Amino acid sequence: MNYLASLSPIYAEMFLLVMVSVILIVDLFIVNYTKTVTYLLTQVALFCTVLILLFTHQPGISHLFNNMFVGDVMSYVLKVFICLAVMAMLLYSRSYLLVRGLFTGEFLALVLFATLGMMVMTSASNFLTLYLGLELLALSLYAMVALQRDSAIATESAMKYFILGAMASGFLLYGMSMLYGATGSLDIARISDVIQNGTANKSLLVFGLAFIVAGLAFKLGAVPFHMWVPDVYHGAPTAMTMFIGTAPKLAAFAFVMRILVEALQPMMIHWAGMLMILAVLSMAVGNITAIAQTNLKRMFAYSTIAHMGFLLIGVLSGTIEGYGAAMFYALVYVLMSLGGFGMIMLLSREGFEADTLNDFKGLNQRSPWLAFMMLLLMFSMAGVPPTVGFYAKFSVLSAAVQAGHIPLVVMAVLFSLIGAFYYLRIVKLMYFDAPESHEKIYIQPDSSLLVSINGMAILLLGIFPNTLMSVCYVSVQQSLLH
Amino acid sequence: MIFGYPLLSVAIWLPIFFGLLVLATGNDRNAPLARVIALVGAVLGFLVTIPLYTGFDRLTSAMQFVVHDEWISRFNIYYYLGVDGISVLFILLNSFFTPLVVIAGWKVIEKRVAQYMAAFLIMSGLVNGVFAALDAMLFYVFWEAMLIPMFIIIGVWGGPNRVYAAVKFFLYTLLGSLLMLVALLYLYNQSGGSFSILEFHRTPLPSMAVQVMLFFAFFMAFSVKVPMFPVHTWLPDAHVEAPTGGSVVLAAIMLKVGAYGFIRFSMPILPDASHYLAPVMIALSLIAVVYIGLVALTQSDMKKLVAYSSISHMGFVTLGFFIFNAYGIEGALLQMISHGFVSGALFLCIGVLYDRVHSRQIVDYGGVANKMPVFAAFFMLFAMANSGLPGTSGFVGEFMVIMGAVKANFWYAFAAASTLIFGAAYTLWMYKRVIFGAVANDHVKHLHDIGGREKLVFVILALGVLGMGLYPLPFADIMHASVNDLVVHLNISKIPN
Repeated sequence: MNYLASLSPIYAEMFLLVMVSVILIVDLFIVNYTKTVTYLLTQVALFCTVLILLFTHQPGISHLFNNMFVGDVMSYVLKVFICLAVMAMLLYSRSYLLVRGLFTGEFLALVLFATLGMMVMTSASNFLTLYLGLELLALSLYAMVALQRDSAIATESAMKYFILGAMASGFLLYGMSMLYGATGSLDIARISDVIQNGTANKSLLVFGLAFIVAGLAFKLGAVPFHMWVPDVYHGAPTAMTMFIGTAPKLAAFAFVMRILVEALQPMMIHWAGMLMILAVLSMAVGNITAIAQTNLKRMFAYSTIAHMGFLLIGVLSGTIEGYGAAMFYALVYVLMSLGGFGMIMLLSREGFEADTLNDFKGLNQRSPWLAFMMLLLMFSMAGVPPTVGFYAKFSVLSAAVQAGHIPLVVMAVLFSLIGAFYYLRIVKLMYFDAPESHEKIYIQPDSSLLVSINGMAILLLGIFPNTLMSVCYVSVQQSLLH
Repeated sequence: MIFGYPLLSVAIWLPIFFGLLVLATGNDRNAPLARVIALVGAVLGFLVTIPLYTGFDRLTSAMQFVVHDEWISRFNIYYYLGVDGISVLFILLNSFFTPLVVIAGWKVIEKRVAQYMAAFLIMSGLVNGVFAALDAMLFYVFWEAMLIPMFIIIGVWGGPNRVYAAVKFFLYTLLGSLLMLVALLYLYNQSGGSFSILEFHRTPLPSMAVQVMLFFAFFMAFSVKVPMFPVHTWLPDAHVEAPTGGSVVLAAIMLKVGAYGFIRFSMPILPDASHYLAPVMIALSLIAVVYIGLVALTQSDMKKLVAYSSISHMGFVTLGFFIFNAYGIEGALLQMISHGFVSGALFLCIGVLYDRVHSRQIVDYGGVANKMPVFAAFFMLFAMANSGLPGTSGFVGEFMVIMGAVKANFWYAFAAASTLIFGAAYTLWMYKRVIFGAVANDHVKHLHDIGGREKLVFVILALGVLGMGLYPLPFADIMHASVNDLVVHLNISKIPN
């Protein structure tokens, strides 16, 4: 009994694993094209996971399984948001996938496995657990992108994603093995201690670090390791793109925190410099290339790259404020990207993808409310108050100024000015141009309600950002107390 | 808090609330309802600001009607509002113009009426927020949020080249704002974690290099909005393409926001850099006054002409600020108010002609006085005010700035005074070509004089222009204490010797 109680930090993962298995079996016996039962079970499973997380949450840091797994405030908070993001993504994409015949039992199972992988990553305190979670996530994602077998472009992007993803994993493993060689441990806390003591071989450490940073940059999609992002975002069915572009970014943030901050904090001078280069290049390439895109999914891909650059600024500031700001940025980014891709799926119908810029022409005349939601999303991505996107940028920049990176901050604001141009262009298309088609927009009540909630959340969080900011700050602060 | 309610909060949120209400009336079937709600909101919005004037304590330079509530405690940001003698008049001016703009767009705007009215009401609330905010982040939020409705106004209801103008307007101002954000973050760190503007005024900044860099960052934000000489090029485009209401708000209100920034942020926070760079600022101001005045002379488009004249007049304002004496600053503030009345009125006059003939070109007119005598009389008054005729509001501010400039340096005053000649030249020459002479063409022949709605607007503005020109004391007297205090503050160096 006592042992069972001590497992409470991992209850949520255990529950989810059981539920995936149940859902896989249930799905075999229910022959129903719309998969209503399986779908509802999936949503319930995710919802119950959130509840379990809220109930098992406890202050302080608890370690499990010989330090393989850690439950701290940051992991709880991130897991809750990961589950919520996945739930929203399923809600958004259901009718889109149904129309295209992709809403299958396998899809739902893959989504849940990926969620499980993200949760494991978030709570990892050993390189093995970290890698385990990462691969569970990545393999599910490769399969999800490839799910649309009869589409050449989806298959191509799945292939690209797989090969480059596998290479990134290879980089990471190689880097981890170097660190293992230098420190003699895979345990995150131990590695940090050994490096702190100064007994580890310095050059081996730096060598390993370079590979780890490259692997992380691949996963985050930071320049110059970003090549897969536009192709995969563009090629995958929009629902899969939405999935790749949302919850995994939170897991990736946790990954960065666990490796760079918790394990390699003593080597900050080395990785901060590397991240700075990645950040500046990402913001430059992302924002400038996005201007040239005519496909909205590709544009979002480049905008993601730029956003990741911004997120890295928070991390490289190297303070609790900076990490908290980066976490806040990641959450806000997920919220905005859910809305953005949700909008594309809302406007799509059978045999038609609303994924080019021209599809948004004159949206204000076709549906003023949707246009207003998209306006909020775009201004939020551009970082204009009173939307929450502004506070994301604000908190990151504030941390960077505090850390003394003023030239970097000036560069960041100049690139976000360039970024504002292509977001504005969407507003311009929606409000200033005449529509190309007057086809009635037929939308599902559930997803249109969700897009309204999403848009209003961006505005309301922009007017009252304090709570979420404090949650991020406190959770990072609590988790880094050793 | 006075009369039982937080006046400033109401002044900000009441128009925004009514704006949302108007938005909720939906599509153009409900346009009449949208117009009525908008007018009620705008008039109420003005009425609630009147106690700000009547209840204002003229003897103190401290902030009044203060509201101080928690907002983002994570960053020590407060919902902190208050006005002093410098800002209070601008809130009144802004709220005063909102009903006029609503009335001016009453008939002319036919498509998406609700969105048009809502954009103006929301913007009116946001502008009040800019003038009332005493927390730098709150200021910044209002400052940037204001761009969104203006962007939509220019882009949706503007002229043929509206998209270019709207995007140019937005990006130009955003560039400046972002650099200001960096400066604010730096000050936040220097002041030990506070965003209070009054705290910034006291924050020690012992290094001249730092002050100059911060000054530059603020300069980028404010000079674009004013606009000052090298970064003024967005203004003629935005004005020409904006609908009449948009031009009025741009000229009467938006430009003031930039100048207000100088006097609320740059000068008191960075007194040493302001003194050090004053010659540059004065030079840019004088270039605006003289050179842009000459540019205005050559314009063939009436709206462009008034737009350039605005830049030239705003040059007076920045000149008045950077000669650092009470005459100059007070004159500049009066000039801002007066320019609000006059430029707003002139854009409305051009709007009246444009609604009838659909041209802004001077050559398309001639002999309008024959057909529209009442209109010609009002236009005459506003044209005279624009050229600074004594007895109109335009004279007071310019005269005081010139007096202040004489104290600083005779040649500043000499160059500045040339505006009395250029201003009269371009305004009256335009007036002559448009209004006088024989009826030029068929369009003019079929003109009909202004109706009751338009007359009402012009009468109100004419009273403002004449009232302020003949008896400026009520305007000047409210700002004395604050301006004197500011002048003292500006002469205390933050750099230890």
